[in-house]
Amino acid sequence: MSLSQDDVEKIAHLARLAVAPDEGAALSRDLSNILDLVAQMETVDTGGVEPMAHPLEMHQRLRPDEVTETDQRERYMSNAPQAENGLFLVPRVIE
Amino acid sequence: MQWETVIGLEIHTQLATNSKIFSGSPTAFGAEPNTQANLVDLAMPGVLPALNRRAVEFAVRFGRAIEAHVAERSVFERKNYFYPDLPKGYQISQAELPIVGRGHVEIVMDDGEVKTVGVTRAHLEEDAGKSLHEDFHGMTGIDLNRAGTPLLEIVSEPDMRSAKEAVAYARKIHQIVTYIGISDGNMQEGSFRCDANVSVRPKGQEELGTRTELKNINSFRFLERAINYEIERQIDLIEDGGRVVQETRLYDANKDETRSMRSKEEANDYRYFPDPDLLPVVIDQAFMDAVTADMPELPDVRRARFQAQYDLSPVDANILTATRATADYFEAVAEVSGDARIAANWVMGELAAALNKEGRDIEQSPVDAQALAGLLVRIRDNTISGKIAKQVFEAMWSGEGTADEVIEAKGLKQITDTGAIEALVDEVIAANPQQVDNYRNAEPEKRPKMIGFFVGQIMKKSQGKANPQQVNALLREKLGE
Repeated sequence: MSLSQDDVEKIAHLARLAVAPDEGAALSRDLSNILDLVAQMETVDTGGVEPMAHPLEMHQRLRPDEVTETDQRERYMSNAPQAENGLFLVPRVIE
Repeated sequence: MQWETVIGLEIHTQLATNSKIFSGSPTAFGAEPNTQANLVDLAMPGVLPALNRRAVEFAVRFGRAIEAHVAERSVFERKNYFYPDLPKGYQISQAELPIVGRGHVEIVMDDGEVKTVGVTRAHLEEDAGKSLHEDFHGMTGIDLNRAGTPLLEIVSEPDMRSAKEAVAYARKIHQIVTYIGISDGNMQEGSFRCDANVSVRPKGQEELGTRTELKNINSFRFLERAINYEIERQIDLIEDGGRVVQETRLYDANKDETRSMRSKEEANDYRYFPDPDLLPVVIDQAFMDAVTADMPELPDVRRARFQAQYDLSPVDANILTATRATADYFEAVAEVSGDARIAANWVMGELAAALNKEGRDIEQSPVDAQALAGLLVRIRDNTISGKIAKQVFEAMWSGEGTADEVIEAKGLKQITDTGAIEALVDEVIAANPQQVDNYRNAEPEKRPKMIGFFVGQIMKKSQGKANPQQVNALLREKLGE
């Protein structure tokens, strides 16, 4: 299976990765190789195997429903590039 | 052409936990921005989510309530998209293996028709923060207090065929989640949000039409209006030779219309995958048993019990169990006053009218259940008549005290002294010789109606305080011959 240059651009955009024009060809080759490996694995019959959600043979521990955190807004905000009136400011987003 | 509408709903209900689904931050509504957002909610590197047991219990409780299959093993996945109110760059949700599988609810339409609506699934996920677009000199303000608040997303089958059915279903789900105490259901505060998938097809056609999704509708009234508008729009479009485009539309309540949200074409490419930070959630028998033991009475069960225990009609039982708050209120009044019939009449009558007039919910009633019961006790022991009770109720409503205080302060105690009532009766008979003659000459079957005139006069003279039974008895005796 081979990925086109367009596919690579789309994937990069979804992941918000900047891909330089001269990297495109190499990336599409590498990603296609990975997909080939996946295609090879798909030929194995896994009908009786339960899909694995996590490599650890354990299940999720649960935390009691208790408030354990206190307000640390000023400290966290001092880390932000821009903040005002208790809000983090980011470049304008429009729906 | 005859058209058939097909509707499915996705309801996001906020779970009433104290802390967030994956962190120990509080979830209280209305706090100062970002004062309830910790390092996990801010998605700082190196933090790990820790799953809230209560959120899982609530999801399982819902599953039991709709007789759904609860998954022994469910898996959290990452739903990837970039938006600043979701600082991780993904929402933790459930996709392939949700905690609650197929279930169903019954809805009752106005004409009494009962319909079963399938629930496809319900899954746990975290809410996003809030973006504020005004007043930040070209920037967007972000409040992450809501980020990480636990949500249960309840997805229905496309089983509804009209806006009315969709509203009945949404109300039913609202009734269930508030009854079982897993959500406060507050729509103004966003604790219960509906998205509707709407499509139309020629009647008789098997294949579904192209659907549009109406987003973020926060009242039942708007839900009905938005769907009806959208049905009209789609039918007009198709009849004019156009095609419905699959898209997300926003309902504008001011203009009563839906309009397209500009969305990027890859917006739905979420690339779900199992979240490596979380292990599969396993619900064993002991967990299920504990949830079942904690399960509050369900609305349908309570309705049936009300009919049997309090001898209520199906219609009355339905009204009195419409919300858990109403049912709790009624039961408290019935118990304290010792008379379910009169309690039912007052809760559905005077109280409902007063609440309705001021647009209040029963939880905000200035007259609580104990106070109303106190009033009804005074009707039962003949301290006041039902009519005077309405006057007392009004005073209680405007904060003039308990029933006993109002009765005392206004001197409303019923006159039961036979001598005093007799004097009034004599006075009225003496003042109206013509009516007395008419009464005595009337045929016996017409008399009961005519006696009302005298009762009215006496009540007026006594300012409503004379005991009506005694007045009637004395009048009949004295008018008799």
